[in-house]
Formats: sequence, C-alpha cells, structure tokens
Amino acid sequence: MELFLARIFDGFASGSTYALIALALVLIYKATTLINFAQGELAMLGAFLALELWSHGVPVWFAVILAMVLSALLAAGIERTLIRPFDPKDHLPLVIITLGLFLGINAIAGIVWRFDPRAFPQMFPSGNVIAIGAATLSWYTVCTFLTVLAVLYGLTQLLNRTKIGLAFRGVSSNLESSELVGIRVGPTLQFGWALAAAVGTLGAAIYVADPLRQLEPSVMGRVLIFASAAAALGGLDSLWGTLIGGISIGLVQSVVVQYVPFIPNELSLAAAVIVLMVVLLVKPSGFFGTARVERV
Amino acid sequence: MSDVILEATGLKGGYGPIPVLHGLDFEVRRGEIVVILGANGAGKTTTLRAICGMISTSGSVKFEGQEIINKKPADIVRLGIAHVPQGRGTFPELSVEDNLKIGAFTRKDKDVAADMEQWYEVYPVLKERRHQRAGSLSGGEQQMLAVARALMSKPKLLLLDEPSLGLAPMIVADLFRRFGEINAETGTSMLVVEQNAQLALGVAGRGYVLESGEIAASGTSDSLMNDDVIRKAYLGI
Repeated sequence: MELFLARIFDGFASGSTYALIALALVLIYKATTLINFAQGELAMLGAFLALELWSHGVPVWFAVILAMVLSALLAAGIERTLIRPFDPKDHLPLVIITLGLFLGINAIAGIVWRFDPRAFPQMFPSGNVIAIGAATLSWYTVCTFLTVLAVLYGLTQLLNRTKIGLAFRGVSSNLESSELVGIRVGPTLQFGWALAAAVGTLGAAIYVADPLRQLEPSVMGRVLIFASAAAALGGLDSLWGTLIGGISIGLVQSVVVQYVPFIPNELSLAAAVIVLMVVLLVKPSGFFGTARVERV
Repeated sequence: MSDVILEATGLKGGYGPIPVLHGLDFEVRRGEIVVILGANGAGKTTTLRAICGMISTSGSVKFEGQEIINKKPADIVRLGIAHVPQGRGTFPELSVEDNLKIGAFTRKDKDVAADMEQWYEVYPVLKERRHQRAGSLSGGEQQMLAVARALMSKPKLLLLDEPSLGLAPMIVADLFRRFGEINAETGTSMLVVEQNAQLALGVAGRGYVLESGEIAASGTSDSLMNDDVIRKAYLGI
C-alpha cells in the first residue's frame, strides 16, 4: 500500500511536468495544427538560461521568470524568421524546420554548456508535506501540481478575457475569417510561440529542479515524447486536457513499471505510448479534444 | 464622383497562374445595394476576394477614393469593408457571443456591447444561443451570425458572398428583407454576389451580370429584369 501510494505520488510529480510541456505543445497546435518538435529543446535552452542567471547570483525564481521572458523573445524571433515565411497550411516544410530547430538548439546547448549534467537549484521547499510510512508526498510534488493549476488558470483567463486571447482563439478556429475581421494573423501566431516557449521553460526548469534530476542538453528528449503523448491523450487542442493527459501518462509510467514485472524501466516509454494508442483507438480526439463537428 | 464608395477599373485576378477575372469595371455608390449575378464559375466569389485583398490582383480598386489593390485583408477591414464569405465564415469553435466580439475586433470605441445587444434584438435566436458554439447553429442561424458579425465592425461597405447558399427559401427571403432594412436604417452600402437573381434584384438598386470573368451586362434592377434577352440568357427567370 505504501509502495502503491509512493508510485502514485511520483506519477503526479512527473505527470505535472509533462503537462506543462504538453501545454506548450498544445498552444502552438491550437493556433497552427502543428506539433513543434523543437518545443522540448527550447524549454531546455530556457532552463540553461535560468541556471546561468542563477549562477550569476540572481534568485532562482527571478532567474526562471527572466529565462521565460528571454525564451519567449527567442521563440518570437524564430517564428518571425523561420516560420512565417512559409505557408501555414503546408505542414511538411514546417515540420522539417522544427526538426532542424530541435537538432540545432540541442547542438548549440551542447557547445555552450557541454553535455555534463548540472544540478539545478531547488525551486520549491525541500522536505515532505506528509509521510505515510515509506510513501512521502514531497513539497516538490505538491508545488509542481499547484504551479500547473496556476498556469492553466492564468492561460485560460488570458485566452478568454483579453483581446489578444480572442484573436488567438479566432486564428485557431478559422484562419481566413480571422483575416477578414482584421486580425493580424502573423503577430497572433508569434504571440502563441512566445507564450508556448515561456510555459515550456517553466516546465523544463521545474522538471530539472527535482533533486533527483539534473540539467543537460538531452534532458528534454524523453520528456517531449511523454508530453506529446499527454497532449494527444488530453486532446491536442484542449488546455485543461493536458493536465489529465500529463497525470495519466505520469501515473501509467510509474505504476506500470512497479507492478508489471515483464515491463522493465527501460520500456516505460513504450508503456506510455501503448496507453496512448489504446485511448486514441477508442476516442480519436482524446479526452477533451474538440471533435470537429459542424453543421452547414 | 464623391458618392462612389467603391470603384473598380480593369480589375484582374485569379489563383496562381490561372486568371479568373479579365478586367472588370464596376462601382458601388454610397448607400446603394448592388448585386453581381452570374452562373457557377463566372468569377463572382473571386471578385469579392479580389476586393478584400485575399488573392493577388491587378488593375485598380478605389475605396472612398483611396487605392486598396493588393493591400492586406486586415488593413482593408480597417478602412471599412466587411466581408461575409461564402460558406458563412463563422468561427465554429467560438461561442456566438465571441463571434460577435471578434467581429468588432478592429473597433476601439465603447459601444461594442450595446451593438451586440442590438443584434440580439434583431436576431433573438442568437441571444438564446449566445453561449453555444457557432458550429452547432443551423445553416440559417449561422448566416444570421455571419452577417451580424460582419456588421459589428461598423463597415461602410458590406460584401456578401451568396448568402442564400444552402438555405431554405423562407429563410432566404427573410434574410434579404433584413438586408434591405439594414441598408435603409444604417446606410451601409452592400455588394451582393448571388445566383438567386430574382431575390437579389428585388432588394438591389443596380446589378451587373458576370460571365466568364467579364461583365456581360449591367443596369438598374428593373432594366435587367425587364430585358428579355438578359433574362433568358443569364437570369433564368
């Protein structure tokens, strides 16, 4: 029982960070129906920026927020120079560009910071909220989960109550009509990229702020796969779906590895993807995705 | 000529290398409803898309004396031209209310909420369904929403692309009656593209008949309807 609880708590912690990266993916997917494969690497770069600032004496949370702003600016620049010149409806060139960005950012981070793992400062209080025998619910887990909730709430408010949010939802829903009501589509998509990069950086920072993990250029490769699965599970265009998707994937990963003896830790990735496949077979639009039904 | 709000001369345009319009001359006067008639493939929709900058064009389109050819759609909206595209062009995932709000995207004044209320009075069904997704409305309701959304930008000129498409005759008749009322009340000029000639000429003051990307005939609605040759050849009435 204690072991089971411990695995559940673990699942919640990693699931919450998957949810943040998934959220970044969903923000870009909503606007462009494109999966940005470079999202994880952008987030990793943001985490390195935060670490760099912190090592120069900036308090950790301030460093993370500054890094979120910097990565948002960087993503806005990438959108303007590498994405916008291409036809948004033609996905193949865009997918290839995001793959190129994935490799490029990873290589640049490797050159600048090298591939040795580095410890990231703790962002949340250490210690446990409660301990039930061997099962401990750490402050890290609780705070990570609360951060995801706060980010989701903030984004929902931003998208539903502001003018730029309305423009963003308009572009997600109907690109041509958005132009016809006077929305400047390019800058709106750029806003989506910037927002996604900021959320992703927060996700990566929290992910590596776990005392058991370290920051190195390839740290997000695995996370991106889990996050993609989480996003698809939640329904690719649903903000709150990422939370359910992320936690589900986190739980599957930690519980399956513990209790299904023939699936070793190395196969936890495959286990998560199999769960994803099964869910999508039954419900192709994910838990909360909009099935595009329209009366004409 | 100050009463001409939209003036196209030698308007050409098409999709990629394929030309559709071969040099059109037409005008819309302030406060007027003008209809462009023509068969499928005559270039009616392309004409509207050319006006609001959605395709590459050449020639001249002047709006209130200002050249707007090859300006971006977002800039053309800001000058005061609203477009209800074919197939309604609503935002299916957004609520009815957000569709109206987004229609007023270019406006900075404080009367947006009051204008929304006004549209809810004109089309009470939109008020009943304001929190529903626009995609769940019936075709007729979506067309009402599309028109209301376009008018939320307070345009000086409204472009309507086959508003009757796919709607029941009674709904269409009601819709066109509304166009006449809106035109009379607000003085909004309208350029309507239609296949339903009889209905469109009923509300319009003047009309152009488009054939294979060229203007084949033009005149007042009465003269077009009473010309037997035109009636037989183009209007089918």
